[in-house]
Amino acid sequence: MGKLLSVSLSPHVHSGNSLKKEMRGVIIAMIPAMLVGFYFFGFDAIRVTAISVIAAVGFEFLIQKFILKVEPTITDGSAIITGMLFAFNMPSNLPIWIILIGILVAIGVGKMTFGGLGQNPFNPALVGRVFLLVSFPVQMTSWPKLSPMNFSMVDAETAATPLALVKEGLKNGDKLSDLLNQIPSMLDMFIGGVGGSLGEISALAILLGGIYMIWKKIITWHIPVAMLGSIAVFTGILHLVSPEAYAGPLFHLFTGGAMLGAIFMATDMVTSPMTFKGMLIFGVGIGVLTVLIRVFGAYPEGVSFAILIMNAFVPLINTYVKPKRFGEVKK
Amino acid sequence: MNDVILYTIITLGGIGAVSAVILYFVAQKFKVFEDPRIDEVEEALPSANCGGCGYPGCRNFAEACVKTDDLGSLFCPVGGNETMSAVADALGQTVEAKEPQVAVLLCNGSSANRKRTSEFDSAANCTIAASTYGGDTDCTHGCLGLGECVDACGFDAMYMDPETGLPVVIEDMCTACGACVAACPKDLFQLRDKGKKSKRIFVSCMNTDKGAPAKKACDVACIGCSKCFKECKFDAITMGNNKAYIDYEACKLCRACVAVCPTGAIHEINFPARRVKPAVEGDVKTKKVAPKKPASDIEAKVNIVEKAKEVAKEAPKKEDNNNEDKAAE
Amino acid sequence: MLKTFPVGGVHPPENKFSVGKQIETLPLPKTVTIPAGQHIGAPTQVLVKRGDVVKVGQLIAKAGGFVSANIHSSVSGKVKKIDEVFDSSGYRKMSVLIDVEGDEWLEDIDKSDELKKEITLSKEEIVKKVSEMGIVGLGGATFPTHVKLSIPDGKKAEHLIINAVECEPYLTADHQLMMEKGEEIMIGVSILMKAIGVSKAIIGIENNKPDAIEHLAKIAANYSGITVEALKVQYPQGGEKQLIKALINREVPSGGLPLDVGCVVQNVGTAFAVYEAIQKNKPLFERVVSVTGKNVSKPSNFMVRVGTSTDVLIEAAGGLPSDSGKVVSGGPMMGKALSRTDVPITKGSSGVLIFKEEEAKREKMNPCIRCAKCVTVCPMGLEPYLLMTVTQSSDYERVEKERALDCIECGSCSYTCPSTRPLLDYIRLGKGEVNKIIRSRNQK
Repeated sequence: MGKLLSVSLSPHVHSGNSLKKEMRGVIIAMIPAMLVGFYFFGFDAIRVTAISVIAAVGFEFLIQKFILKVEPTITDGSAIITGMLFAFNMPSNLPIWIILIGILVAIGVGKMTFGGLGQNPFNPALVGRVFLLVSFPVQMTSWPKLSPMNFSMVDAETAATPLALVKEGLKNGDKLSDLLNQIPSMLDMFIGGVGGSLGEISALAILLGGIYMIWKKIITWHIPVAMLGSIAVFTGILHLVSPEAYAGPLFHLFTGGAMLGAIFMATDMVTSPMTFKGMLIFGVGIGVLTVLIRVFGAYPEGVSFAILIMNAFVPLINTYVKPKRFGEVKK
Repeated sequence: MNDVILYTIITLGGIGAVSAVILYFVAQKFKVFEDPRIDEVEEALPSANCGGCGYPGCRNFAEACVKTDDLGSLFCPVGGNETMSAVADALGQTVEAKEPQVAVLLCNGSSANRKRTSEFDSAANCTIAASTYGGDTDCTHGCLGLGECVDACGFDAMYMDPETGLPVVIEDMCTACGACVAACPKDLFQLRDKGKKSKRIFVSCMNTDKGAPAKKACDVACIGCSKCFKECKFDAITMGNNKAYIDYEACKLCRACVAVCPTGAIHEINFPARRVKPAVEGDVKTKKVAPKKPASDIEAKVNIVEKAKEVAKEAPKKEDNNNEDKAAE
Repeated sequence: MLKTFPVGGVHPPENKFSVGKQIETLPLPKTVTIPAGQHIGAPTQVLVKRGDVVKVGQLIAKAGGFVSANIHSSVSGKVKKIDEVFDSSGYRKMSVLIDVEGDEWLEDIDKSDELKKEITLSKEEIVKKVSEMGIVGLGGATFPTHVKLSIPDGKKAEHLIINAVECEPYLTADHQLMMEKGEEIMIGVSILMKAIGVSKAIIGIENNKPDAIEHLAKIAANYSGITVEALKVQYPQGGEKQLIKALINREVPSGGLPLDVGCVVQNVGTAFAVYEAIQKNKPLFERVVSVTGKNVSKPSNFMVRVGTSTDVLIEAAGGLPSDSGKVVSGGPMMGKALSRTDVPITKGSSGVLIFKEEEAKREKMNPCIRCAKCVTVCPMGLEPYLLMTVTQSSDYERVEKERALDCIECGSCSYTCPSTRPLLDYIRLGKGEVNKIIRSRNQK
């Protein structure tokens, strides 16, 4: 008869979706933000990104092969994404040894201890970042000054980010309008030209990546819109109530990690809810927590903590928020 | 001493003391009276919580033992007679020893005996395969080779033999808990007495098709020819649905049926090697006799356990899928 | 805006290679193997024995109860034997094997092409004749049609919905039937309307068949109460629950039947079979089957006598290509893969699909990345990733709670999963176990 026929249950065709394609799409979406980071922070940014990615892949390989003794799965691309996102959250003047510790925590604790791909409840890049923030607060908050196209290896000078500046100033009782004069304009902050982590400085670049991912159906609009929307509404109300004591919505949207968090970190599939309604609840929760921490909390930046806290709620959201069943029999 | 420290000690100490008193009274009020014998019986049990006794967990079995009128009707297959006599002691009763049992696979359709006629490509689970079609051979009754029984065994007493594609029961570790019997969608396992000196004879086939298609599909199928039935002097064999069945309680282990079976479907386990008559010239068709076990029992046991370890090491592919499945839980 | 169902669905490539191919009547085979069970329900009682001479249309197996169907011979000749042989289920089933001699039909079957428009039978007589003629649902489910047409007391039918969607990729049998036998189908629809006592019938057709929509709409203009609706191309548009929701915006309740929302759904091929049965006294013994695939040299639509071996059809379509890896009976999303091609065509065979070896093999399974694509595409609002995980943990109580029994097994979830997880395999396993538990619960 010839070769044997293959027998399986239906369906017998597949869409062609694959892990590699999903991961590739995310990586492509991250390229604009990465290039902006390279442009403004020069060689340091390239160094941090390269080390993060290589270390992420390397640690995952070593842990899988020698500690867990399973087949290494580094070719699925998820470690590369964790490495890149982790780098995006770092100031580009971070010493190598701190980066390595952070990546080890991100991959080892944030992902592998829970069982590898698909099992972790917390965003691994954020686990690494928060660990470093708490352990090395000085190095993690000395932001380098922007030095466009500077590819020499000379250490850059440091300067405070707009978020930190405004928070300090408002705490000391300065008026908002005075403080806003000291920082770059809204347009600059949108396109890129403010200090911060190497991936978060250009809202425009991040937005382009987000639109690409929505077009390729890798993420949907629900989490970014819910998160950014709730940040805008909450800060908008505060700003209306007391314009000199609270910064407005545009400021909060374009500074710090709000855009990066909304488009790349909160939308991480593994750690976000499985239903659209759940995603909206998740996004609103992150937005509210972010503003609370930024405005009333001790830290100038609240996105990382907000996302991690809401990650913890995701199993609860998944249990109680179910998709609309067809033919629901109302009792 | 600092005021703060003093107040702290008093406050916390006070809270602790008050909580302790409240908890004591609540514990007393809501105390559930349990027969203390249940604890004693549970001590005697192996704590495997395998369900082989028919109860969900050892504690429930202990409860059943305390409450029952007839201790002889309950049996822990894992602990066996030793455990049941310990349980009987704890309850001040006596119980009769039961015959030890073992699980037996009633199929010998290995890759050598049974030609593959298609490739199964769905999820590697026997129940799923059985619902897809009759299996990747022309015998729709036989083992599907995907190891649901091995996964179900809670005592590591089974492994898949990669050469034959069939599961193997390690007789010394099998506790006859019945998990494999329940797991197999083709009902190929039977729990039966281990037999005198662990000797057993059984028809290793569940094929109920007529002789011709059965033999075409598998070389060692039972074709329902009734030769064994006619040979047996002890009425231990019954024919039905084109298949022979040997009642293990009636079987006297004389091996007469094994000698006359034309396909070698009847297996004899743990017998000493038979003297084989020298083959006559021209007698090409030699009878297939059941695989001979080594004469020494200890050697046999060591061989089986060693093989199991080897197989477990050499099967990373199967392990991988299993790991992923377990990780997904 | 074309009507469609609101939640879920996927868009597999259509690959309709056999579209527009005239229905070809195959020459009679030398032997046929007619399984004694080609329907959902009780097994039949075989009436013939070895050596009997039979004619085309003769009753050879009697229905074994109300939910059962008669089987008629599709050829004339001598019964070779009654035996258990392999059929498309992958198991050996009782079948009647007939050596074909000539092509002699029963006298009262009208073989002419004359269109018979007048419906002379009463409502009850129609249902009775549909049952006698062995009509079952030709969409693939093979549910006995007379059972669907027997409206129980207390329920009322308001709409007859004709499923002419053919949403499965590759298949074109219904499409071609509509183009060639449009008038006959329309009369069949009127007969069905009379049988269930409704005055409104809607024929739903997917928008990728504009010629069929136009053709049937023109004919429907001459019949009162029958309308043709174009539907958006989305799989599984042809699932009866999705079809009802799209056409009249009513949801069949969980665990219920279309009759609970006043509908009876019938496949367009069944409507044609009903016309032939009622107006021409012709029992169901032949049907249109599409033979197609990317590497098939002559993709075709054949009119096939039940019992013809699938081998014969594949030969007529150019032979089994050497690089073939899989042969499927039915459509690619819900069809049954065959382990061998010498199995017979039955009343439920709508297509024979041939896949190349590269297409046929499944990819290795990866861990679930919780992308929620399966949840997004499920037309019944279920969570396939969760059903698979809890089935693997054998937590069947939870499987039931998560409404696994609502699953229509359309395959959209497995189709779309980026980790190529066999979601539907495990959901089916879970459903099977839950049904077992429910059966034993009901017995107590």
